[in-house]
Amino acid sequence: MSVSPRHALAVWCRNASMYSRTWKWNLLPNFFEPVFYLTAVGIGVGAYIQEMGGMPYVAFLAPGLVCVSAMNGASFEVTYNVYVRLTFEKSYDAMLTTPIEPDDVLAGEILWALTRASIYGGSFFLIVVAFGLAPLPHSLLAIPVLMLTGLLFASIGMAFSVNVYTIDYFSFYFTLFLTPLFLFSDVFFPLDERLTPIWQWVAECLPLLHPVRLARAAFSGNASLPLVTWDLTYIVGLSTLLLAIARRGIRRRLTS
Amino acid sequence: MHLANDQLAEPVIAIRGLYKRFGDRVAVDGIDLTVPKGICYGLLGPNGAGKTTTLRMIYGVTFPTSGRIEVFGLDIAQHRRSIRNRLGVTLQDNSLIEPLTPEENLRVFARYHLMDEADINQRVDELIEFLELSSHRDVPVRDLSGGFQRRLAIALSLVNRPELIVLDEPTTGLDPAVRLALWSRVRALRNEGATVLLTTHYMDEAERLCDRVGIITDGKLIAEGAPRTLIAETLAQDTIELDCSPQEEARLLDGLSMRVHRLRAGERLMLHVDHSVALIDHIRSRSTDDELHIIARPTTLEDVFLALTGTSLELGE
Repeated sequence: MSVSPRHALAVWCRNASMYSRTWKWNLLPNFFEPVFYLTAVGIGVGAYIQEMGGMPYVAFLAPGLVCVSAMNGASFEVTYNVYVRLTFEKSYDAMLTTPIEPDDVLAGEILWALTRASIYGGSFFLIVVAFGLAPLPHSLLAIPVLMLTGLLFASIGMAFSVNVYTIDYFSFYFTLFLTPLFLFSDVFFPLDERLTPIWQWVAECLPLLHPVRLARAAFSGNASLPLVTWDLTYIVGLSTLLLAIARRGIRRRLTS
Repeated sequence: MHLANDQLAEPVIAIRGLYKRFGDRVAVDGIDLTVPKGICYGLLGPNGAGKTTTLRMIYGVTFPTSGRIEVFGLDIAQHRRSIRNRLGVTLQDNSLIEPLTPEENLRVFARYHLMDEADINQRVDELIEFLELSSHRDVPVRDLSGGFQRRLAIALSLVNRPELIVLDEPTTGLDPAVRLALWSRVRALRNEGATVLLTTHYMDEAERLCDRVGIITDGKLIAEGAPRTLIAETLAQDTIELDCSPQEEARLLDGLSMRVHRLRAGERLMLHVDHSVALIDHIRSRSTDDELHIIARPTTLEDVFLALTGTSLELGE
């Protein structure tokens, strides 16, 4: 059976009604986090760096950090939260007593993770605009990039979550997967200036690298069409593959 | 006449040759089962007997290895969404959204059925009244007692006005007063025309609530019928209970002329006879213990269950 958009939306609504209870408290840290990063690293560390990638360090940091916040927003949602709904709250078992099917659950959760990624990344973006680091209007193109970042990391996290059987694995996911991505994906320093050509090819595997490069292109207003095409292909292609894995996993977890 | 009409009507659930294997384990081993419209049917059995697996196959989240299930005359393998739109399921685990209130939980659940907002408003009010949740309408679920949480879980499964209500162990873990209240709600639903299918391992619950029961062990349906009929067909109407060793038992029952069905669980001996008075007299006359404590009571479904399965439900826990 395929996805029924209205049922997927009902799954989305469930999460939204939870979030609507606490959104004020949830939203607040989203604004503080970017301020801390931009002041401590961008301005503090940046004071010792003349320029990076041809611009002030704080301006170099901004597009990457916007993507990182979208990545985190999606990741928290599809790891801990999905796992709790799957195993402890048994929310999905309850949904499956109604006309909702496993595919709708998957679609609704991905849509919700995308929403959270957009809220996280979007508030970061607003702060970056307020700091005067996002030249308008072309940097507005970073907003669709945020959503793609959300899609990519929702798919990765979901494929992981429906295939693990203990909550302890999620700390590995964060410390051994997301943290290195955060540090080595062109966010803090230009990879192509530090790596030999062979390692640059290897670095192309890193999922976060592609959204960061797209966001950088949006902020600078300069883009190379082949590179943008490759980044988009990577994001959509990997997401599709992982969603197929997640779909098989969630069917196996919810039906028998 | 009434029964005959029910039998003639198209059954709400019709199961033929149902079989389910998980790896090497056979969970359901050839079940045939028909639930007529408008009755309350109880599936009884110890834990692991295959009750929940059977229920899951009926609403289409576990797929049979072989066999066929029709609900409302539709094949579940082909019509999962439309069948589930017409039934409601209360799971063993409540699976409520704890930070939200009962009203908000009902609204979320109503959206799973794609109900429109006006209908949701009406239905939420009806259910809050029906299950007497109004005093706790705006309290987060996590602050509600177990009884209130269970009532809300049942309310969720009624949100789409189901024609078939499936209750998996509806009263496990609840105190007696809450159980009584829930039973009366289930009866009310049946009287309004809904068909109810429930599982339980409380025999008193089945006896009081169900028009018809089926006993499942090891994935097989081993007996079926109205509780009274099942008792009458299986065992004598009276039961006496006493504590004694097997040696004492032989002595106490020696020279007895009447037919007695015996069942022993440790020191506890249960005897089923047509007339308990004569048996008690016989035992008293042979007992050296003047204080021997003998309980005489009518035979219940629990006795039937023990006689048929040879297992105590409590031992199955």
